[in-house]
Amino acid sequence: MATLEIHDLHVSVEAENGPREILKGVDLTVKQGETHAIMGPNGSGKSTLAYSLAGHPKYTITGGTVTLDGEDVLEMSVDERARAGVFLAMQYPVEVPGVSVSNFLRTSATAIRGEAPKLRTWVKEVKGAMERLNMDPAFAERNVNEGFSGGEKKRHEILQLELLKPKIAILDETDSGLDVDALRQVSEGVNRVRETGEVGTLLITHYTRILRYIKPDFVHVFSGGRIVESGGAELADKLESEGYEAYQTKGGVTA
Amino acid sequence: MADNTPAGSTTDGAIQVGGPQQPIDARVSAPASYDVADFPVPHGREEEWRFTPLERLRGLHDGTAAGKGVDGGVKVEVSAPAGVTVETVGRDDARLGRAGKPVDRVAAQAYSSFEKASVVSIPKDAVLTEPVTISVHGEGGVAFGHQVIEVGAFAEAVVVLDHTGDTTLAANVEFLIGDGAKLTVVSIQDWDATAVHAAQHTALIGRDASFKSVVVTFGGDLVRLHPRVVYGAPGGEAELYGLYFTDKGQHQEHRLFVDHDTPHCRSNVAYKGALQGQDAHAVWIGDVLIRAEAEGTDTYELNRNLVLTDGARVDSVPNLEIETGEIVGAGHASATGRFDDEQLFYLMARGIPADEARRLVVRGFFAELVQQIGIPELEERLIAKIEAELEASVA
Repeated sequence: MATLEIHDLHVSVEAENGPREILKGVDLTVKQGETHAIMGPNGSGKSTLAYSLAGHPKYTITGGTVTLDGEDVLEMSVDERARAGVFLAMQYPVEVPGVSVSNFLRTSATAIRGEAPKLRTWVKEVKGAMERLNMDPAFAERNVNEGFSGGEKKRHEILQLELLKPKIAILDETDSGLDVDALRQVSEGVNRVRETGEVGTLLITHYTRILRYIKPDFVHVFSGGRIVESGGAELADKLESEGYEAYQTKGGVTA
Repeated sequence: MADNTPAGSTTDGAIQVGGPQQPIDARVSAPASYDVADFPVPHGREEEWRFTPLERLRGLHDGTAAGKGVDGGVKVEVSAPAGVTVETVGRDDARLGRAGKPVDRVAAQAYSSFEKASVVSIPKDAVLTEPVTISVHGEGGVAFGHQVIEVGAFAEAVVVLDHTGDTTLAANVEFLIGDGAKLTVVSIQDWDATAVHAAQHTALIGRDASFKSVVVTFGGDLVRLHPRVVYGAPGGEAELYGLYFTDKGQHQEHRLFVDHDTPHCRSNVAYKGALQGQDAHAVWIGDVLIRAEAEGTDTYELNRNLVLTDGARVDSVPNLEIETGEIVGAGHASATGRFDDEQLFYLMARGIPADEARRLVVRGFFAELVQQIGIPELEERLIAKIEAELEASVA
């Protein structure tokens, strides 16, 4: 069973007046089949955690370890992490001019699976996944994220999640900027992947809204660059009624 | 990404309808002429020279190259299928200079200084199954060239102009396309990294004739091409495609002019370029003029640039002037985007290795254009060449 273990992770970014530490000792273990919600105010370092796990070059790891089934994730390049089974659904997916969605998905699936998927079954696989996410087939011929609406970008991220079948899925504010219909469809997509029991999900969000559709097994409150409280789904209800204020003073962060 | 325009690039454009502005052909610093003496020596601030590093023209612009009296710096070989006439003629041949006059000093210098010209004639009604190949190989030194390709009425031909080697070359190429004829010209600039090439390509399109120009620029230290289209009679059609890959230190400039001076003609321009490396500089000027008498004109022009690394610069200037409202359509588009670290991260985060990610983006960028060109053998050569350019950049 795949396990992602984050231990005492410290991460800095380059700022104008030298490096600034954003993550200050994160400990978290995510196992295949589990869903962890990470909730916290703006500026608490949630997205830094997501991008650091995926290997974005902007972030420097200054301490701690991240392993996937014992393998050192921090030693891997960005593409190696993806091939090892770490998937990041981005809050702001990037436009890639000149590359069609269909070409992108196939190239990516080939890289992740280690061989080109058989064309006939692949076409069917993509078509089915797109239908389930309520995406127009013409979408496949558009350039990656170019001119996509907010909802289209997020559906496209979840489409990749369904096709690439990672061991660990990190969803960075997938709910932001979505209307209720899009949120429901995107959440259903995530749930289909979760129901396979083969993915560990790290759901990063500012709002409790998405947790009505995706039920977490664990909820962690993130503040000041670390997890300050962990609990079950009931912790989300508490946040819903009380907000983050209590944690912000505790974490020492001014949002 | 809200602003996708890299630092150091300009995308400037204008659509002018009617009005008192100077027409495009009057904006140049001197009227077109066969005589180099009719043009002042450019100082670099003129509209038509402002993007060109004059000091790298090796004297083609100020008479010093011609003053050395060097000719024969290129070897020209023409291979043509049976039925096509290939002649080498002197300066006084009456068939030279009919497509149009040189429009800048370097083209006029070429016209004033060439000694021998090639005239390729494709007879009326001939439909060639093999291309005519004109290979221009630079062997160092200065050269002034002149070629005429004449296609008889209802004939169909593909002509490939293949430029290789090292030289300092100024040239004029004329295309005279008879009524109902179809001519495709592929001009490949695959020069050594030290070559300098400035040329005017002028096409005079007959009644209901079709002209397709494919300009492919990979090599050279400085390449400055001036494809021009003039319509001799109604019903003509021009498709002008271009593809360039501008590397470190290279200056590649394509200045197009489509002169819609005749009713019911069409033109479609699409140029795409990729740039990589410090001081790679691509310039694209797309001038389209629809004169008052050119009713029923249908025109569209497009330029797209993909900047792969920091340090490269693009100047893209579409310019459409419309003097009559009685047209079918007219439009232009220009955009410059960059392949940046965030794109690389996004693709890599989906398991795609870095070099493959870059290849994916560049191939995708050019794919549509390569298909439009519609010459399968050329497609393969172009794709292979693009891959080689990318390999060189990774190394």
